[in-house]
Amino acid sequence: MRTMTPKLRIWWGVITVLVLVYALFPVFSIIATSFKLPSQLNLGQFLPKTWTWSNYEQILTGSAKDLFLPALRNSIGISLIATAIAVVLATLAAYAIARLDFPGKRLILTTALGVSIFPVVSIVTPLFNLWRNIGLYDTWLGLIIPYLSLTLPISIWTLAAFFRQIPWELEQAAQVDGATAWQAFRKAIVPLAAPGVFTTALIAFFIAWNDFVYGISLTSTSAARPVPAALAFFTGASQFEEPTGAISAAAVIVTVPVVILVLLFQRQIVSGLTQGAVKG
Amino acid sequence: MAAITLKDIRKTYGDGFLAVKGVSLDIADGEFVILVGPSGCGKSTLLRMIVGLEDITSGELRIGDKVVNDKAPRDRHLAMVFQNYALYPHLTVFENIAFPLRLQKGKFTEEQVREKVEFAANTLELQDHLQRKPANLSGGQRQRVAMGRAIVREANAFLFDEPLSNLDAKLRGQMRTEIARMQRRLGTTTVYVTHDQTEAMTLGDRVAVLRKGELQQVASPRGLYEQPVNLFVAGFIGSPPMNFLPGEVDGDTLHLPVADVPISPELKEKLGDRKLVIVGLRPEHFEDASLTKDSREGVVAFDVNVDVTEWLGSDLYAYIPFETHADVASKLEELDRDLDGEGMRTQMVVALDSESRVRDGDQASLWFDPAKMMVFDPEGGENLTYDAGKVREVDQQNEQDRKASIQRAQEREAAKAS
Repeated sequence: MRTMTPKLRIWWGVITVLVLVYALFPVFSIIATSFKLPSQLNLGQFLPKTWTWSNYEQILTGSAKDLFLPALRNSIGISLIATAIAVVLATLAAYAIARLDFPGKRLILTTALGVSIFPVVSIVTPLFNLWRNIGLYDTWLGLIIPYLSLTLPISIWTLAAFFRQIPWELEQAAQVDGATAWQAFRKAIVPLAAPGVFTTALIAFFIAWNDFVYGISLTSTSAARPVPAALAFFTGASQFEEPTGAISAAAVIVTVPVVILVLLFQRQIVSGLTQGAVKG
Repeated sequence: MAAITLKDIRKTYGDGFLAVKGVSLDIADGEFVILVGPSGCGKSTLLRMIVGLEDITSGELRIGDKVVNDKAPRDRHLAMVFQNYALYPHLTVFENIAFPLRLQKGKFTEEQVREKVEFAANTLELQDHLQRKPANLSGGQRQRVAMGRAIVREANAFLFDEPLSNLDAKLRGQMRTEIARMQRRLGTTTVYVTHDQTEAMTLGDRVAVLRKGELQQVASPRGLYEQPVNLFVAGFIGSPPMNFLPGEVDGDTLHLPVADVPISPELKEKLGDRKLVIVGLRPEHFEDASLTKDSREGVVAFDVNVDVTEWLGSDLYAYIPFETHADVASKLEELDRDLDGEGMRTQMVVALDSESRVRDGDQASLWFDPAKMMVFDPEGGENLTYDAGKVREVDQQNEQDRKASIQRAQEREAAKAS
């Protein structure tokens, strides 16, 4: 595969361009729409005729401010808390699964998988009733708990797979070198496990951040409603105006942190870090 | 630096498997001792018990004059080189070597750490690689970094767990001499685990042969080679391995499949009333009769059909198939299994002078000296021709040689320093 024939190179180029266009066209479309005037939405042009910040002004400082800003705060808060809890629990669980032999190990993994393939829609109605009865409806906790059910299984699976690849002999080597059990863990294992934990945290955060079904079903006010759900409540300036521009602007704002996170931590998500510890 | 004493060490795993069955061994200060045996003989378990990574079920382990059974690895002050090196991938070579020093907080200044690491790096010729990460090093370099980490500790003893098994043959030879040189220079007590009998023979002051968790024999390499206590040690030490032939006692003659050997009075006494024995003959004890012009006294000459030959430049190996005796076949098969063998055909290997013109399918005239023949009991496998006095003599000689060579190495070192 080192030397590609010119023909092969062209084919790869064509395929890459096709995939890129397919993946990025909707993103550009939303960005373009977010800069359009409400009156110019239906011109049938891809790019705005007149570029305007009015949609952004509307959601950040204007009429939709009370709808969008609390939602943004809710989204950030709920996603971060859910991610933190999921990562801590998943790290402990995955450590046990990767390193210890205990009865029920397979059961935990299978259950985790089972939970994650359960359709969200089938749980959401019973959950709605239960939450109303016990007072969790329309609260942060009421969303964090179902988000854990989404983020924990995948976190446990990815972390367990990652931990299995760590050369645990390093821990013993460190102990022989004069480290206490805790020092051995902190100085030899944590630096190797960190990229895996970080990647998992990122994935968990995106899952919580992108959720819509729980967000719209288990909230009713801006007390806990996250951004994806809040978007559905946007209205135009009058009933004859579409809120599409404002929705696009909000979509761009919630996409930006995700893109920044991925670009920022791209380097940390390298898998090759464990190379060279043992004979490779 | 310290002596290590093992007293009736046992290891039982959680599932009841008895991995080490009561091993007692005295390792003198500054001695290089090899633990050798086929896979699953408990040698690595024993080493891990010495270093403290494995609990000792019963028995007593002393380092210096302290019992360390319940001490954590860090309190035993030993340095270990792992089979797969166990380098810290996120640290540079310098930091890898400095790691044990950094753990002893406040004991060394930055200046001292640098000095020690550079000394170790110079010893192992790693100066040019100090700022690289382990991932960018070759196998031999990683191996040396692992050794560097052991050197800076100034530990009571070095422990090696099959350190060369991941290297290719050429590098293995180089690293072997490197380890021997380092040990002589530093004069540190060393325990070295291997399954490779060449490493065992070349490196060790003394070699401990283990089989299924039991110590078979501890002796100098020459002692093991010339006076093995039983079939297992005889078959394990030596390459190509010793030939085992069935021998039927008939009055004053011992019938082998290839030749008849007269029984001397001394041998007669050792044989007792046994009718069937296993005879051990090392490949190099045979000679090609056509190369020796004058016939010698007391040798056994015989003609055989050679099946296959291998010419190696320095030697010529000739393979001679023979029919084994049904009564010893099962014993020899069991032995072969213990030695990780495949239990193929019964054949004899002879190592002839490379001048020999014997080729595949030839009829060859060979001879051997019956005095060099070993005779084993077919039931228990013990060596009937074992001479304890001779072993002691060889081992004492070996011990003197060892002390002399350590002294020479240190004098040379001192001369270089001044």
